Amino acid sequence: MKKLNVTYSNANRVESTRGARSRKDGILRRYMNKKYLFIMFLPVFLYYFIFHYAPMYGVMIAFKDYQFLQGAFRSPWVGFAHFNELFHTEYFWTVLKNTLIINGYKLLFGFPAPIAMALLLNEVMQPVFKKVVQTISYIPHFLSWVVLSGLVIEFLSPSRGPINMVITLLGGEPIFFVADENWFRSILVATEIWKHVGFNTIIYLAAIAGINPEMYEAAKVDGISRLQAMRYITLPSIAPVIIIMLILSSGSIINDDFEQVFNLLNVKVMDVGDVLSTYTYSEGLVRMNYSYAAAVGLFKNVVALAIVLTVNAIARRIRKDSAIF
Amino acid sequence: MKQTAFTDKLVIVFAYTILSLLGLSSLLPLMQVITLSMSPSEVINSYSFHFIPLKFDFKGYATVLANENLWRAYGNTLLRTALGVSLTIVLTFCAAYPLTKKDLPHRTFWTAFVVLTMFFSGGLIPLYLLIKSLGLMDSIWALVLPPAINTFMVMVVRNFIAELPESLEESAKIDGANDIVILFRIVIPLSLPIIATVGLYSGVYHWNAWFDSMIYIQDGKKHVLQFVLRKIILLGNTAEFEMTGQNQNVTDVESIKMATLVVSIIPLLLVYPFLQKYFVKGSLMGAVKG
Repeated sequence: MKKLNVTYSNANRVESTRGARSRKDGILRRYMNKKYLFIMFLPVFLYYFIFHYAPMYGVMIAFKDYQFLQGAFRSPWVGFAHFNELFHTEYFWTVLKNTLIINGYKLLFGFPAPIAMALLLNEVMQPVFKKVVQTISYIPHFLSWVVLSGLVIEFLSPSRGPINMVITLLGGEPIFFVADENWFRSILVATEIWKHVGFNTIIYLAAIAGINPEMYEAAKVDGISRLQAMRYITLPSIAPVIIIMLILSSGSIINDDFEQVFNLLNVKVMDVGDVLSTYTYSEGLVRMNYSYAAAVGLFKNVVALAIVLTVNAIARRIRKDSAIF
Repeated sequence: MKQTAFTDKLVIVFAYTILSLLGLSSLLPLMQVITLSMSPSEVINSYSFHFIPLKFDFKGYATVLANENLWRAYGNTLLRTALGVSLTIVLTFCAAYPLTKKDLPHRTFWTAFVVLTMFFSGGLIPLYLLIKSLGLMDSIWALVLPPAINTFMVMVVRNFIAELPESLEESAKIDGANDIVILFRIVIPLSLPIIATVGLYSGVYHWNAWFDSMIYIQDGKKHVLQFVLRKIILLGNTAEFEMTGQNQNVTDVESIKMATLVVSIIPLLLVYPFLQKYFVKGSLMGAVKG
């Protein structure tokens, strides 16, 4: 302690003869010089503090036995009891498995889909066709899952839907898709891709537009085919964008699309369709097991953060310019 | 050489086919719903492709448009969207502008303070308990305050402002303008395209949101459109319509559902051409520089 003091005063003496007080004034003066910027920033600070940092503090109820009347602060600590319960609940493992399977397939098929679509759009020579396809395929992106679930349920309806009409025409039995355990996950994956594929091409089309056209011209002289141009020019040129997008979406393997699953979920498919976010909702807000649900949520957030950091670290090792931090 | 020409043609045929199918897959379900919404019950209940309306019956629309609850929900959504969007635009600029200033004291810290929230959050339950303890339950503020700032958008706006020529601000400073005056008189007028982008993102968000209305709002009269829509379409809860005294049967319920769906997406379809142009531009700004 004493040694520390000495170093501190020494440093002060070297830096300035006016002592620590004026250094503090220095910081204050620097802030005063920018007071208008900080007046502007004040509501922003309050917003982040209240709606982002305060709830982070609120995760402590995952380690407490939250009693409504006592509030988050005075409820008794229980340590890792909720996590213990969590990992010993069989249904939690079902939910975790559903989450990983559904989101794994969403990532596996959903991530390359807009890249493929952008490559195909790039092959289209007629600007009108290109524009029409883009305009139409963006529409689902702007509609809520409430509306889209209505569309999906109507379209897949066993008694009225055109899909089942085709099945019966071909001599099959109508399938109640959204209430069928064998189909439910596929529907989640397919509709998620369907909603976002068009809109997500924007980013890749922008990257493709930035490629130097001389590369294509030189390749054409060499007699390169369209497929080869895709493989050797377009894809490598947009690789940095692809990697950044992959890092950003890697966390989604555990962060599910609550609105989609919740709107399509029904009692018949709980065992294959209940995911972490819907489980958090039903445990926390329906059954009011606040602490237990907070533990589920905390588990999910920590895993998501770990995944993003890991993928980012891998990306940095492979290509320095691809990592986002 | 000839081989190449053949595969090239194959690639083009493939591209046109797949893209046409993709386009149709977005268009057809929408057409189906629009057609069903204006068809009589015998058409609705028959197995078929309903992409173009042939027989007309607007009973579903008559019921929906006569329903007071739905109009109130519409109003609530409009109010929420207007309030939410204005709040978001103002706060996003208040966050982004100071962070562009290189001489802002502890700029790295303040940037980290904002950016960190993109990667970690308390989760649903702590936020719910917070809203409850702040006394925001049953209030429109519970719907517009928590999503008031989107951190990713702050970064996009910050990058946009940073690209503006510095000399403009310097000359204003020489004329005696302070930072707040500069923001409103110089930066904001130059940022109209990015303001439109932020406004559109937040507008679509608020128009489509329903979950917060479900958990924070208990008073039935304060619910937003998407939440009422959800009750009608997904939970088949048309009890609200039965109060209008009309004779209901199962098929009417279907046409009511479809009509409600269409009524809720009409505003979006109306602004869509405008929306699309700006969204594409705005997303590019985020993509290229972000």
